[in-house]
Parts: sequence; C-alpha cells; structure tokens
Amino acid sequence: MADVLYVATRKGLLTFARAGGGWRLVRTDFLGEPVSMVLADRRDGQLYAALNLGHFGPKLWRSTDAGQHWQEIAAPAFAAEAEGEGPSVTMIWSLEGGGADRPGSLWAGTLPGALFHSTDHGDSWQLNQALWQRPERAQWFGGGYDQPGIHSICVDPRDSARLRVAVSCGGIWCSDDDGVNWACRTQGMRAAYMPAELAQTPEIQDPHRMLACPAAPETLWVQHHNGIFLSRDDAAHWQELLGVEPSSFGFALAVHPREPETAWFVPAVKDECRVPVGQRLLVTRTRDGGQSFESLSRGLPQTDCFDLVYRHALEVDGSGQCLAMGSTTGHLWLSDDQGDSWQALAGNLPPIYALRFA
Amino acid sequence: MARISFTPNLQRHLDVTPCAVTGDTVAEVLAEVFAVNPRLRSYLLDDQGQVRRHVAIFVDAERIDDRRQLSDRVGADSEVYVVQALSGG
Repeated sequence: MADVLYVATRKGLLTFARAGGGWRLVRTDFLGEPVSMVLADRRDGQLYAALNLGHFGPKLWRSTDAGQHWQEIAAPAFAAEAEGEGPSVTMIWSLEGGGADRPGSLWAGTLPGALFHSTDHGDSWQLNQALWQRPERAQWFGGGYDQPGIHSICVDPRDSARLRVAVSCGGIWCSDDDGVNWACRTQGMRAAYMPAELAQTPEIQDPHRMLACPAAPETLWVQHHNGIFLSRDDAAHWQELLGVEPSSFGFALAVHPREPETAWFVPAVKDECRVPVGQRLLVTRTRDGGQSFESLSRGLPQTDCFDLVYRHALEVDGSGQCLAMGSTTGHLWLSDDQGDSWQALAGNLPPIYALRFA
Repeated sequence: MARISFTPNLQRHLDVTPCAVTGDTVAEVLAEVFAVNPRLRSYLLDDQGQVRRHVAIFVDAERIDDRRQLSDRVGADSEVYVVQALSGG
C-alpha cells in the first residue's frame, strides 16, 4: 500500500507519510499559497505542484527529489492576441501523465476550459487547438467557477493517443488520435439543471469528475451534477445509476485500479445544499457496477458535519486497498480497508483541493 | 533617473529588487525589468500582456489608467511602484 500522500490545500502542499502504525505530516511546501493541483508522476518520480496565486496568477513548480527542492517551470498559457483580446489561464485544474510510453508527456486542463500538452516535463506547453477551436465550446459554461474548466483527463494505458476529457460544464470529449480530432460523447446523460428541451445536449453536461478503470479503461465512471453515470463501452453510451442512497449528488469519485465494477463516491445533499446528508459524512461504495451501494461511515463524523469533498480529494492507491479523503473544512481521513473504516489524520488543515498518493 | 520598486510579497516567489529604469512609459519600464528577470512577467501580466486583475501599478502615487497597453508616462525622476491589490487577497 502507499506510504506517501500529497495533499494540495488552500494554504500549501502537505506531505503525509506512514510512520509506525499511523501517518504524520512530514513537510509543508508553498506555505500560505493555494495549491490547485498536485501530480506525483509514477513514471519518473517527479512531483508537480500547480499554484493559484491570488494576485500573481497560476504557476507551476516541479521537484525531481520528492519535494526536497522545487523549481518553477512554465505554466500553461495562451498566446497573446492582437489588442490583448485573447484569454488567459486563470487556474490549472488538472494534471496527468501522458502515458507510460511517453516519458515527460503531460496534459493539463485549465480554467478557462483549455487542454494543454507538454512533451518536456512541463518546460513548455502547447494549447490543444483542435479542442479549443471546436464550435460547441461556445455552449460551455462555468460550473462552480465563472468559467468552464477541464478537471478530468483520462489517458488510455493501452494507447496513449486515446484521451478522454471531462469539462464542467461542457460534456465528455474523446480523441483517439492524440488530440487531433475530438468528439463529444454523452449519450444517456441528462442535465436536470437545463430546460427540458436541452437536457440531452452533449456539450452542456456537467460531469463533476470522470475516471477510467486503469485495468479496463473502456469502463468510465462519472459523478455528474445530477447523478452517477457509468459507461462500459468507452463513453459511447452512459447508464444513469438510479436510486443511489443517500444521494447521488457529489463531486468526488475513486475507481479501483483493477476492478472496473468497484467505485467510491462521497454524497452530499444536493447542489443547493452542499453538506453531507443529515450532516453525517459517509462514503458510498459499489462493487457490482452500481447495482448496489454500501454506505461506509465507520470513523467519519456522524453529527453536525459540514464537510464537502471536492472532486480531486478522494484518492485510491495502486493496490486498491488504501483510500484518502480530504474535505473543504480541513479534515483528512485515510482507510486501509477499501473504505470500511477511516482514521482521521488531521482535523484542522486548510480546505483540501486534491490528493495524490506517491 | 526613474526607479521601480515592488511589493515585498513578490519576494515570496522570486527575487525582485528596486532598480533604476530609463523607459518613458510603464510598458517600457516593465520591459526593462523583464529583460533582467523574465519570470517576473507572468507574475504581473496575464497571458495577453495586461496587468493582472489583482495587481496595481502606481506612477508617482497615481494608479495607472491604461492596464492594457501600459501607456502611462513615466518621468525622468518618477517612482514606479508595483503592489498587489487587496481585492485578490
């Protein structure tokens, strides 16, 4: 099981490590700075931290020695346009490695909703023009933020040219040719927040989080704004999982690395009331592709709880046994038994944006 | 000779020190500074070269008007001051 956990928070990047029978905070980097995303690249051990400086813009830092030393590298940025009328990146929202066969290849999703690619460990970035120029992008809109954004990037472990990207709010976009051509695939999804005539429109769907099972990437899970959706055919069709208790509203999602039928969610009441149902925090787990869900609450607060778990703040390790979960109110929990029970690692951290196991 | 100085909060992120500048406009002054310290550019200007929303620049205690083209004049003995706007905190 994993021994190191990186925690991206509103006020720094925290590193927790196993020590004795528990975990402890061993280092804080970028103290006081908002860290919007962290990537621990398992291909080469490099560590990336995206900062979202309130005054000075988005920045990207890299460490080649697990956080002992950091170097600022290029951040994704748009080219300057005439009269300064073009866009600017306001936040790096997602970072993923570009495939085991492509060392140094990285993908970044940003606000506004753009996809950037690096082939040199982040030393330089190129905007994916093909997705940016899609006419449907004009229909995208912000979800949670004023601008639409790309928060989920799935690179097929079998073929690094196959990309699946989720946009809030802009649907699920798929490319089989390294991002040259894109198609929006949301058949079966519905948007309850839109007029009924537009509910099935692909490019206005709001997937809060999308993950593929690494061992079976044709199975994709989505925690959507108004439900949980599953595709077993590489996003060609989506099935809504109905009757999920206590709620199918939420942001976070984790998928077992080898068992495509197993996934975890953290339900909240609904979009208008973003707290746990009954103010009791629990994690829901399905092992049968969403036919049934278990509610897992051992070790989690069961009264007066306001914790919300953001979309990148529920993480499962490579073994599928160990999960970590961080909340908006600064709680951090860990489970070594697939969510059956949880231990609190900390209760007074800044709001937690993203987690990654080393 | 005109001088430019920066909020100490920038020191958290990169090394900036007050220095003498010769440009006649804010754009020229910043170009001089960026030539010496290229990383500074993205801290003060957005992708389109405009002053970041939560950064403020003063020339002789007057907030600049032109945040897009940076055309505000800088006199031979002006003091240019770059600060973070409280709106971003």
